[in-house]
Amino acid sequence: MRLFSTLLIGLSSGAIYSLMALALVLVWRSTRVVNFAQAGQAIASTYIGYLVISRTDNYWLALPVALVAGALIGALVDVALIRTLNKRVKSGPAAEMAPVIVTLGLLGLIRSTVGMIWGGDLKAYKAPVTNHGFTFGTTTIPFSPYNLLIVITTVIVMAVFSIIFQKTNLGLSLRAAAFQPEIARLAGVRVDLVRTIGWAFAGGAGAVAGVLVTPSNSLSPNSLDLLLVLGFVGAVIGGLESLLGAAIGGVVLGIGLAFILEYVSTSLAFPSAFIVLILVLLIKPSGILGKKGGRGA
Amino acid sequence: MSLIIENLTVRHGAITAIDSLSFRVNERELAAVIGANGAGKTTLLRTLSGLNEPIGGSVTWHGESILHTKPEDLVRRGILHVSDGKTVIPELSVKENLALGGLWRKDKKDVVVATDEVIDLFPRLGERLTQSADTLSGGERQMLAIGRALISRPKLLLLDEPSLGLAPLIIDQIFQTLDSLRHKLGLTVVLVEQNAMSALGIADTGIIINLGKLVTVGKSNDLKSDPNLRAAYLGY
Repeated sequence: MRLFSTLLIGLSSGAIYSLMALALVLVWRSTRVVNFAQAGQAIASTYIGYLVISRTDNYWLALPVALVAGALIGALVDVALIRTLNKRVKSGPAAEMAPVIVTLGLLGLIRSTVGMIWGGDLKAYKAPVTNHGFTFGTTTIPFSPYNLLIVITTVIVMAVFSIIFQKTNLGLSLRAAAFQPEIARLAGVRVDLVRTIGWAFAGGAGAVAGVLVTPSNSLSPNSLDLLLVLGFVGAVIGGLESLLGAAIGGVVLGIGLAFILEYVSTSLAFPSAFIVLILVLLIKPSGILGKKGGRGA
Repeated sequence: MSLIIENLTVRHGAITAIDSLSFRVNERELAAVIGANGAGKTTLLRTLSGLNEPIGGSVTWHGESILHTKPEDLVRRGILHVSDGKTVIPELSVKENLALGGLWRKDKKDVVVATDEVIDLFPRLGERLTQSADTLSGGERQMLAIGRALISRPKLLLLDEPSLGLAPLIIDQIFQTLDSLRHKLGLTVVLVEQNAMSALGIADTGIIINLGKLVTVGKSNDLKSDPNLRAAYLGY
């Protein structure tokens, strides 16, 4: 029972890491930018979700509102900053580094802006279903209906993404623009627009991660920083290029951490996430799903 | 109704890749641009399709400027560039690569018709629709790249070295197909080639360039038989 329950808890936290990993991979694939601002975009969206919950007490309204806000913020970051930057610096080391540094700057800016608007104190909102674990007979396991909800929501988000990417014209454009932007352009794909849509999808996924994780923790301007890092670890495990890889990478990380927390030591859990990050990069930089540096769908 | 290039100049940093180049290609004509490596052939095509920005000169197609326009907008005006080397998206299937050619088009019925035509023309692509484009041979990739362009119903086709890296037999096939296609569809074609003999074999006009400058323009038959040009530029 303990084994099974740890697995479920890992799955639930892994689902959230997957969403963050997915957001990072979407941006990385489409624009080759490691987006540190993703944590900032997600926190801003989560505060917007918090605003909706505190006014209406309706989690089910807050989630889609935060998702849309996250998507709009993502698109805005691309159009206002990344596109402009790519036009101004076209080659050389600055062209590769500048966007990454800009996202780091933006992370700081969003956090302090959020702090100015809502204050730096901890906020909280309740989950729409109970956070108390399921009870079987006399045993109560840590896995709760809310954890189940997290897993279901993530599966739905992933399924929608997978249908969009594999079955729609937009998805084909997104993949073509990510893999070979120049050939995509020559075939008529509006690559700039499609990239912005990629940023919007990423922003939406990050926002969902933020709204889902917050009832288990609390909300403050930097409460999603650890999630960003764990999202990176998940994305790296999955090979950075693949959406499926990001999903699997996040879940593998979540389950791994849950087992270390449960069976080894609480203080070892997060250091081991970083050890995994470094080991994957040293041993198999293309990730567990990566093959000869190739990119999966 | 033609492609008119006047005093076109393109720079890559300090290097002048195209140096006040002027020539014209009439509608329904096939012009072969011949020159050695580094003559500026690829830069010329990349400028015509909107990938490179010129610093001077003008290019008009059907009387309207096509400079300073995004490649994806030129595609919508019927200007299709089949670039050299990685002409297909290896991560996508053959079917998906073909589909890209019709994604932006509003007339979805005609996209279906055009796709069927391409598969009739290149049955090998039809047999490999679900395979990843990565698994295709060089010749099949070239067919796929041309096929994708055809699905966009091009009026002006810009072809960069379709013979690159292909076996002589396949080169002959590709050139024969091109020749019959452009007559059948009434295409205007700018064909850039190092393989001067094959290119002039199907071209109406030959344009010889060297170090970004025009050397000569002439009927391809005249160029083929000019002994000086043959020795200096045509390499046979």
